[in-house]
Amino acid sequence: MSTPLIEIRSAPHVKAPRTVEMIMRHVVWSLLPICAFYVVQYGISALASIVVVTATCLLTEKFFIRTGTQSGQLTDYSAAITGLLLALTLPPGFPLWMGAVAGLVAIVLGKAIFGGIGHNLFNPALVGRAFVQAAFPTSIATYTPSFLTGRFTEFIPSSVAWPLMIPADTVVWMQSKQLDALAGATPLAKWKFDGVMANAVELLTSLSGHMAVGPAPALVLLCGLYLALRRFMDWRIPVAILGSAALTAWLLYAVDSTRYPNPFFMLFSGGLILGAVYMATDMVTSPVTPRGMWVYGALIGLLTVVIRYYSGLPEGVMYAILLGNAASPLIERITQPLTFGRGAPGRSREGTPGYVSRTDADAAIPKKRFLRNKPKK
Amino acid sequence: MNSFPGTGYEGKNWTEFMEGIWERNPVFVMVLGMCPTLAVTVSAINSISMGLATTFVMAASCWLVSLLRHQIPKEVRIATYIVIIATFVTVVDYAIQAISLDMYEALGAYIQLIVANCLVLGRAEAHAARNAPLPAALNGLGMGLGFTLGLVMIGGVREILGAGTLLGFSLFGANFQPWVVMVLPPGGFFVMGGWLLVFALVRARRERAAVAAQET
Amino acid sequence: MSTQNDNPPNPLPAKVGDYGLAADAASEASPAQITPTVAMIRTLGLVSLICGLIIVGSFEITLPAAQANRRLAAERAVFKVIPAAKSIAEYVALPGGGIEPRVGAGDTAIVPGAVKFFAAYDAAGQLAGIAAEGAAKGYADTVRVMFGYSPACQCVVGIGVVSMRETPGIGDKIITDKDFLANFKALDTKVSKELAALANEIKVVKHGTKTQPWQIDAIAGATITSRAVGKGINEAAQMLLPRLVPNLDKIRSKP
Repeated sequence: MSTPLIEIRSAPHVKAPRTVEMIMRHVVWSLLPICAFYVVQYGISALASIVVVTATCLLTEKFFIRTGTQSGQLTDYSAAITGLLLALTLPPGFPLWMGAVAGLVAIVLGKAIFGGIGHNLFNPALVGRAFVQAAFPTSIATYTPSFLTGRFTEFIPSSVAWPLMIPADTVVWMQSKQLDALAGATPLAKWKFDGVMANAVELLTSLSGHMAVGPAPALVLLCGLYLALRRFMDWRIPVAILGSAALTAWLLYAVDSTRYPNPFFMLFSGGLILGAVYMATDMVTSPVTPRGMWVYGALIGLLTVVIRYYSGLPEGVMYAILLGNAASPLIERITQPLTFGRGAPGRSREGTPGYVSRTDADAAIPKKRFLRNKPKK
Repeated sequence: MNSFPGTGYEGKNWTEFMEGIWERNPVFVMVLGMCPTLAVTVSAINSISMGLATTFVMAASCWLVSLLRHQIPKEVRIATYIVIIATFVTVVDYAIQAISLDMYEALGAYIQLIVANCLVLGRAEAHAARNAPLPAALNGLGMGLGFTLGLVMIGGVREILGAGTLLGFSLFGANFQPWVVMVLPPGGFFVMGGWLLVFALVRARRERAAVAAQET
Repeated sequence: MSTQNDNPPNPLPAKVGDYGLAADAASEASPAQITPTVAMIRTLGLVSLICGLIIVGSFEITLPAAQANRRLAAERAVFKVIPAAKSIAEYVALPGGGIEPRVGAGDTAIVPGAVKFFAAYDAAGQLAGIAAEGAAKGYADTVRVMFGYSPACQCVVGIGVVSMRETPGIGDKIITDKDFLANFKALDTKVSKELAALANEIKVVKHGTKTQPWQIDAIAGATITSRAVGKGINEAAQMLLPRLVPNLDKIRSKP
C-alpha cells in the first residue's frame, strides 16, 4: 500500500503508532519467554511441536491470503500468535502430524472461512485445539512429566509418529525411565480420576520436576502483566476470569471442602492462567465495552469451574472460552454505553441508535474477494 | 434445455434422469433431506444402503403418484402422497430386516424417517404429480441416485478418516490413527461443509467462464 | 435448467425451477371446481387398498427371512458369551416367580415385568449357561450388554455388547480392554439365601481397587461406560437370577 501525501480522516485522530501489527508483535515477544521455558521443561519435543504448529499456521495463512479469500497480511503476526498459543496448549509429546492438523484447522475453520483477521467469531487457536480434542482424544490426554533427563537429546516417542498412524505408547517409554503411569497424568486428571491433589505453589512455578503441566502460570502472569502495562491487552478480562473462577471454586470449597479442591489448586492447574491471559483477551473475539469485558470474564471463569467439576473432562478452559466467544456479540449488545445526551436506562430509549456490530462499523472493508480475476464489465 | 426438437423421447428421459444426479443434486445443490445425510453417513456402506433405500422409495412412489395423478383430488393430495410414500418405506423397512439385521440396527430410525424426508414428498408434489409415469419414475430414480451419490461422498470421507477403511477394506494398515471426530455428529457437518465448499467453487468457476464466454 | 411440462393439457407457461411445492399442482383441475366428498373418499379408499395390499404382500414375503435373521443374531450374541453353546432356547422369567418358554414373536408376547433370557445348550443337549440382556445409561446413550451366566459356578462368565454409542476410542474399550474383560471371567452373582436378590450387589470400583469377586475393576478414563456395564448387569441379574435359580432343573436339558 502506498502512503498518500495527505490523509483525510474523521475522528479519532490517533497519534500513537498503535497498529494491529505492532500490538501483535508485542504479543509474540511476550510469548517467547513462555515458549523458551516450555522448551526447557520438555526438551526438543516441545521445540519441534512449537515449530511445526506455528509453521503450519503460517503456511495456511499464506495460502489463503494468496488466493485472496482472506483479509490481512502474513506480516501482521496474528497467525504466528495462533500457532504459538496452540502449541503451548497441546501436550509436549503430541504427535507432530496431529499438531499440523490442529494448525491447519485453526486457520481454515477458525479464521479463513470467516474472512481472516478481525472477522473470526472464535479464537482460532482454540478452534484448532477443540478439533484435535474431538478427533484424537487419547493423544491429547497423554502428557509426559517435565524435566526428564535426556530431554534435549531424544524425542518423546509419541512426537515422531508417522502421519496418520497411531503414536507409540508413552507408558512403555516412561516405564523404561522408571516412572509409573501416573506420572504422565496432568494434575487436573489426577484430581478428577484419582483424587490426588498437587501443591498449588509447585503448580504456580512449575519448577519442581516430573510434573505433567503446561507453561508455568507464574511466567504467564508476568508476561501478561507486561502486556497489560503497555496497554496491549485489557487487564479487565483476565482479572474477571480469575476472580470469578476463584470465587466459584472458593464458594464450593466452603460448602464442602472434602469434595471440592481448594481454589488455589483450581487457579494454577491446567490452562486457566494461559487461557485467561492470552486466549480470552483476543481482541477480535472478546467484547469491546468495559462492562462487557467483566461479564465476559465472569462467564468464562464460572463455566471453567463448572465444566471441571461436573463434566466428564478434567479440563474446561477451552470450551469455556469458546462459549464466551460465542456469547460476546450478545454481551456487547446488552452492555452498550449510553450515547452522550440520551437518557439513563429505563427511560425512553426512542431515538437511541441501535447496536452497531463490528461488521457494520467497518462495512467498507470486507469485500467479496472470491473472484480474483473478475471479468471486466 | 427442456425442448429437444426432433430428438426422440430418450433424450428427454435422459435429462429427467440426470437432473437429480448432478444439475440439482439433492444433497449438494438443493440441500434437502439433511437429517439422514448427517446422521447415517458414518461409513460408506451405511450411506449406500440408506441411499438405495431412499432411491427405491422415491422411484416407486413417484411412479405410483404419477399413475394415480388424474384420480387424486387436489384437496387430499398430500394425504394421499404420504400414504403412498409410507407404504414403500414400510416395504423397504421389511426388506432391510430380511437382508441384514446389522444394517437395520445401524440405520436405526432413519429408515422409517424416510417418510418425513422432504425430498421425497417434494418430488412427488412438484414433479410426479405433473408428469407421465415413466419420466416421473426416472426422475425419482435419478434424484434417489443423486442422493445416494451425495451420501456416499460424505460417508466415504468420514469412513476413510474415521476408521481408515473404505467399504470395510483397510487403507492404511492396522496402525492407522482414527479421527474420532469424523464418526461423531460434528464430523458430518465438517465433511458436508467441505463438499458444499467444493461445489460452490466449481459453480463459481463455471459461472465466471460463462460470463467470460458471453462477453467475447 | 429443464422444466417438466411435458403434460399436454397443462396450459400454464413453463416455469423455471420447481422447488415450490404448490407451484401449479392444481393445474389438472380448474381452481373453482370443488371435488365432491364421495370422490375424495373413493380415491383415498382406493389408494389405501393398493397400499395395504403392497404392505401385506411384502410382509409375507420377507417374514421368514427376517425371522431367520433375528434368530441368527440372537444365537450369535449368545454363543459369544457362552462359548460352549451350540443351540439356544428362549424363556421368560415371570414377575411372580417361575419361568416358561417364550411363545410368539415380537415384544408384545412378554408379560409386563417379565425378563427375557436365553438358555444355551451344548452339543450333547445339556445346559451350558444362561444369557440375558442388561442395559444402563452410559456416556452418550444406553449401553446394552448381553451377559452369560453359568449355573455351575453361579457367576457371570462373559459379556458382549448388544448396542452402544459410546465415544469410539474411549467408551468402546469395554469390548477391547483385556483387563476389563477379565472381570467377567468369574464375576460372582450368588443369590442370597432368601432368594430375594443377589447376595452381593455387583459394583464397579475405581481402576485397580478390585478386592471382591463381585466387583468390577473400571477402565481408567472410561469410568462412566464401565459403570453402565456394571449397572446394567446388576439390574438384570437382580431381576432374573432370584427367579431363575429355583427353577434351573426345568431347563437342565434341551426341550
